[in-house]
Amino acid sequence: MKIDIKLSGVGGQGILSIATVIGEAATAAGLHLKQAEVHGMSQRGGDVQSDMRLSTDGICSDLIPLGQADLIISMEPMEALRYLPYLAKDGAVITSSKPLVNIPNYPDEAALLAELDALPHVVRADIEALAREHAMPKSANMILLGMAAPSLKLLDEEQLRGAIARVFARKGEAVVNANLEAFQLGLEYAKNR
Amino acid sequence: MSEKRLLLGDEAVALGALHAGLSGVYAYPGTPSTEITEYIQQSPFARERGVRSRWCTNEKTAMEAALGMSYAGKRALVCMKHVGMNVCADAFVNAAVTGVKGGLVVLAADDPSMHSSQNEQDSRFYGKFALVPILEPSDQQEAYDMMADAFALSEQLHLPVLMRLVTRLAHSRAAVQTGEPLAQNALDPDNERTHWVLLPGNARRQYASLVGKQPEIAACAEQSKYNSLRIPKTSDVGVIAAGIAYNYVRESAPAGLPILKVSQYPFPIRQVRELAAHCGRILVVEDGQPFLEEQVRAVFGEEYPVAGRQSGELPRMGELTPDCVAAALGVEGGSAFANAHNLAPRPPQLCQGCGHRDVYTALNQVAAEYPDARIFGDIGCYTLGALPPFRAIDSCVDMGASITMAKGAADAGVYPAIAVIGDSTFTHSGMTGLLDAVNDHSDITVIISDNLTTAMTGGQDSAGTHKFEAICLALGVEREHLHVVVPLPANMPEITRILREEINYHGVSVIIPQRECMQTLGRKLRQKKQETK
Repeated sequence: MKIDIKLSGVGGQGILSIATVIGEAATAAGLHLKQAEVHGMSQRGGDVQSDMRLSTDGICSDLIPLGQADLIISMEPMEALRYLPYLAKDGAVITSSKPLVNIPNYPDEAALLAELDALPHVVRADIEALAREHAMPKSANMILLGMAAPSLKLLDEEQLRGAIARVFARKGEAVVNANLEAFQLGLEYAKNR
Repeated sequence: MSEKRLLLGDEAVALGALHAGLSGVYAYPGTPSTEITEYIQQSPFARERGVRSRWCTNEKTAMEAALGMSYAGKRALVCMKHVGMNVCADAFVNAAVTGVKGGLVVLAADDPSMHSSQNEQDSRFYGKFALVPILEPSDQQEAYDMMADAFALSEQLHLPVLMRLVTRLAHSRAAVQTGEPLAQNALDPDNERTHWVLLPGNARRQYASLVGKQPEIAACAEQSKYNSLRIPKTSDVGVIAAGIAYNYVRESAPAGLPILKVSQYPFPIRQVRELAAHCGRILVVEDGQPFLEEQVRAVFGEEYPVAGRQSGELPRMGELTPDCVAAALGVEGGSAFANAHNLAPRPPQLCQGCGHRDVYTALNQVAAEYPDARIFGDIGCYTLGALPPFRAIDSCVDMGASITMAKGAADAGVYPAIAVIGDSTFTHSGMTGLLDAVNDHSDITVIISDNLTTAMTGGQDSAGTHKFEAICLALGVEREHLHVVVPLPANMPEITRILREEINYHGVSVIIPQRECMQTLGRKLRQKKQETK
């Protein structure tokens, strides 16, 4: 049993923190894990992505082959679409629906969301607005992780909560709680939609 | 102390080296190698053992200092990105001639696909060129395990050992089982002056000894546990998979495929011949250039088919992917969904508020007044000034080339010739070029855009911080043509005035816009906030 995840977003949006939490949960659960990250030049406002592979058995390639990602988890809707060729036929896209426009030729928002919605399995929400509304502006990425949690199959909610607590522990209890609340918010959004 | 840890390939190298009894790491930051040295700098175990780990000015100073530590009998590691090998090549190649005392491992992290680089040169050629053993781990566990073996091999052969990573291994995380740490070597400087004084008489003897070691180096690779041959059955095709390519091959390999995994060089000829004896043809799968493919083809000549990146079965350029390897193996796969329609490239850009932005704003404004102006850029965040909205630079070639190319262009008659170089790049390779320009009284204007850090690679200490005025004056730049300014929108009139005046001055001028990197500043403020909580 395996799960392949493409994590994507724009440099600075915090996709690596999502990867760290999933990685921590997977390690604690005794799963095999490989996670290829992007460092360096691509971090500065450019597109960033990370390949994350979890499995109950050994994993060979650090990179996910085309057409095999079970999930695309993205902090930005166009960045979710960028990795479409990697999505498996029955794969799901979990993404923020709020465009981050830092290029002059950003596509038409309505057309972009329509293309996204035409995919078979999509969960999308304006997580930044949700974060603002609930006064947790710095935890938008944990809202997204919450939205993805029901699709993470090899990991349950408790394992993810435990990982959030351990990953953010050194930043203090307030930060841990804010991230746990954000996770819960995303989780309920995904369940109730 | 054995435990399982989730580590990047770079971190596995670092921890492997520490557990192998490392006494010093010497490096200049460069993606994808930077995290090795950073891990050692942050490691409590390294601190406990007094492992030397501060950043060096460039890869050559790093390589030479590591050789000095090896001379003194201790184990030393040098880390760099692939193009750093060009910078330290003089020291590296000659270290194979002197030989080493304490184990010396040179780690080069290659960047096929040029994620953060200006070429995709394959460091394995350097190892072959210098006649030293090369190790190329296939995964994070091997990266960790290999370090102790690399140091032992270096001490056994009295030679530097080259270890090669590629970006995907350097920056990919997996669980690593760690072992027991070895003791560090005691101080024991070498007494064999004839080994170390490379006068021609000694050098010839030493080189003969290096050539004489080649059969032993080859035997080590043939017996290496990192090279393995599996032939479940005779087959139409057999695969030689080098380093990380082994993972891509296993991802899609049909059952029964004969595979020779190569992770130690010189490549094991005996195993290659055995593979060929059981297969109709050989496919060489390797990341980087067709290094192994060329050599394997040379073993068999025309009569036996050898395929790979050169023959076209695999793409000649770019990093390997599980997809291109599967295709070469004839395994079907591919996308369920086509490329999206609503998609635009999102290139990296200079951060909002970055001082380099103000430098380019000023430079573009003044350069517009001089239609013949040419602006020679350099390696760093400020290379992004080549992209919109600035489109400000005409060249970017290698570390330090801004100053020297501006000089050469000025020598040829280009006016104004302007160089833009970052602080860390200036101390890495710009100072010597500036001295040339001063001695030649070249008509150039040099901008040292100083953000007090090595920003591109994530904010490492920069060797010349707070020393740039003194360095320029000492190199002979005239006081009245050396200016320090603060790149802020409010200071635009002052900066453009100085730029104009110094372009009009027909000699060497240096302008140092100085303001801290937004990223390191933000990090410091966050740390402060954390501490006061």
